[in-house]
Amino acid sequence: MSRPALSTAFMALLRRDFLLAYRRRAELLQPLVFLLVVVTLFPLGVGPSPQLLANIAPGVIWIAALLASVLSLDSLFRSDYEDGTLEQMVLSGQPLALIALARIVAHWLVAGLPIVILSPVLALWMNLPEEGVPVLLKSLVIGTPVLSLIGAIGAALTVSLKRGGQLLSLLVFPLYVPLLILATSAVSSAVAGLPYNGQLGLILAGLIGALTLAPFATATALKLSLS
Amino acid sequence: MNRFMLFFHKTGSPPWFYGFAGKLIPWLWAGFIILTAIGLYMGLVLAPPDYQQGESVRIMYVHVPAAWMSMMIYAMMAVMGFIALVWRIRIMEVMMISSAPIGAAFTVIALVSGSMWGRPTWGTYWVWDARMTSELVLLFLYIGVIALYNAYDEPRKAAKAASLMAIVGAVNLPIIHFSVLWWNTLHQGSSFSADGSSIHASMLWPLLLMAFAFKFYYGANLLSRARLRLLKQDHRKRWAQEVIAEGLLAGGAK
Amino acid sequence: MLSVSNLSFERYFERVFEPVSFELGAGSLLLVTGANGCGKTTLLRVLAGLLEHSEGEINCDSRPLYAGHNPAIKDDLSVEENIRFLMNFMGQRDDSGGSDSNSGLCQNVIEIIGLAPVAQQEGRTLSAGQRKRCSLSRLLFCDEALWLLDEPYSNLDHEGIVMLDDILKDHLKGGGSCVMTTHGSLRPEGFELQECFMTSGRYSSEWQAA
Repeated sequence: MSRPALSTAFMALLRRDFLLAYRRRAELLQPLVFLLVVVTLFPLGVGPSPQLLANIAPGVIWIAALLASVLSLDSLFRSDYEDGTLEQMVLSGQPLALIALARIVAHWLVAGLPIVILSPVLALWMNLPEEGVPVLLKSLVIGTPVLSLIGAIGAALTVSLKRGGQLLSLLVFPLYVPLLILATSAVSSAVAGLPYNGQLGLILAGLIGALTLAPFATATALKLSLS
Repeated sequence: MNRFMLFFHKTGSPPWFYGFAGKLIPWLWAGFIILTAIGLYMGLVLAPPDYQQGESVRIMYVHVPAAWMSMMIYAMMAVMGFIALVWRIRIMEVMMISSAPIGAAFTVIALVSGSMWGRPTWGTYWVWDARMTSELVLLFLYIGVIALYNAYDEPRKAAKAASLMAIVGAVNLPIIHFSVLWWNTLHQGSSFSADGSSIHASMLWPLLLMAFAFKFYYGANLLSRARLRLLKQDHRKRWAQEVIAEGLLAGGAK
Repeated sequence: MLSVSNLSFERYFERVFEPVSFELGAGSLLLVTGANGCGKTTLLRVLAGLLEHSEGEINCDSRPLYAGHNPAIKDDLSVEENIRFLMNFMGQRDDSGGSDSNSGLCQNVIEIIGLAPVAQQEGRTLSAGQRKRCSLSRLLFCDEALWLLDEPYSNLDHEGIVMLDDILKDHLKGGGSCVMTTHGSLRPEGFELQECFMTSGRYSSEWQAA
């Protein structure tokens, strides 16, 4: 029995995912609106003092990005699991880790990248000084894929559960702690005029590690969820 | 070779494990009680009070071993989970998930005792120092594994999911620990380190004894929980029904 | 092609069905009948490799094609987009003309399964029978030799049943084989087949060769 080349299958999957995202584009906006609302709550909650907001800006923006990311992760595999596409993918003979990676890439492009694009607005609202904005963008560009990769493991483990979404947050938040610490430190250092490349370098190392390991853990979790 | 394989196969059999563990448990309890008695005597009575902290330093004889156990048990959970996942050995699944609540309990003990220690030392019940923050994140990792296990209906599937989660957590644990340590130096300087830089022998011995005592406790508690879980899982099988019948006959003494 | 001995699967530490043994050669059809809930679907999923068997052995010399209850249709994509995706993802390898020849094959497949009138309609508008036809389309563009079909006749109208029988006949004549489950009323007519019954015992099912 033959099957299509891996590249054909990979591209077919990406194309399908973009098509599906486009057909359901209203749903994609929900996590982004959530992101904006969460950040808005902070000045309302702690007072609009510019200095205070500037102090907590890196943390607030990154935490909001984390929350919005987890919100969109729940649906990563759910639809395919429920209509039987996932079983066909597992049985197709294509390497499951790469299928999972394709799914994660598509997900990041439609859910993670918009967070990066919206971040200057968030920086403005939180009064983040100018020096911090480029580093904020860099940290988000290399950090949000890590959120998607690690989150995918949790999504795969909870896809067959009825209220998996709640459990998903509990599972992945402890794993996000190092990323949160490094990213906010990078932005704060940039604002204070201190070096920040070490932190960004470590995040990049984390991204590479996640890229190599997370797809396999996700594939194992998907097979487990189907059994 | 054949005899070895037979032995290995036998250890995987629930009734054999049930019996063997049953014989081991009383010895483990005995070890725990003896070591705790000696350790606490040495720590609470014999050891000197700290130069700066006075008598309150004695909490460390519970706090530090508990923290060590919380981390050791998580590592063991990950190893057992790995064996269970790769070789599908049911006893490993049972032992892994039975370890989780014990590890979580040690984490809570470490946090509470650390908090009690903090009051006389730092003036407040909670400070975000590196070790306490790390323990707190570890507690959430434990809760995550336990919650994931309980969310699944079928026990073997639940155990496999929990095993994978434990392994992922264990891989991340050193990274989390070091990032929290680094975060702490960024924000507070090291004025809140909880135990002294070098430990005198009279303080070291009780610490080590308590650490061993807790290991015996873990062994005894783990085997008891594992036996109970096996009995519940196999309650329709003949070996389990015989054991239950014996227990009822003996007036439920066990 | 497929040989199974003492195969069983456990859930909640109990067997879902009693050990099963059979041999399936090229060109053969095995029909597994039984009432609802006797473990037919579970057996098929174990044969497909989605579930890990707890006892016994499976010897299969090729990867099977599994068509279960879930039709693998995306509601938001049209019939043609659905089929084209599956073709490009898991259909038989087509190195010749690139995506053009695939589109020709795609049209062909849609014609054969009788969904040409609704080819551009979204998946969510399809009736149960149409969804079944769409899910059976993969029998046409995948070249796996062993088919595992779970109640394939359910929801099909008369023409659908004839269509499936034709596809099945061609497959068996070409040397392929098939394990099919059915709960009794709908069954393949005019085929030479092995038949096995699964009946529910109190806790597990028993296997009897006809």
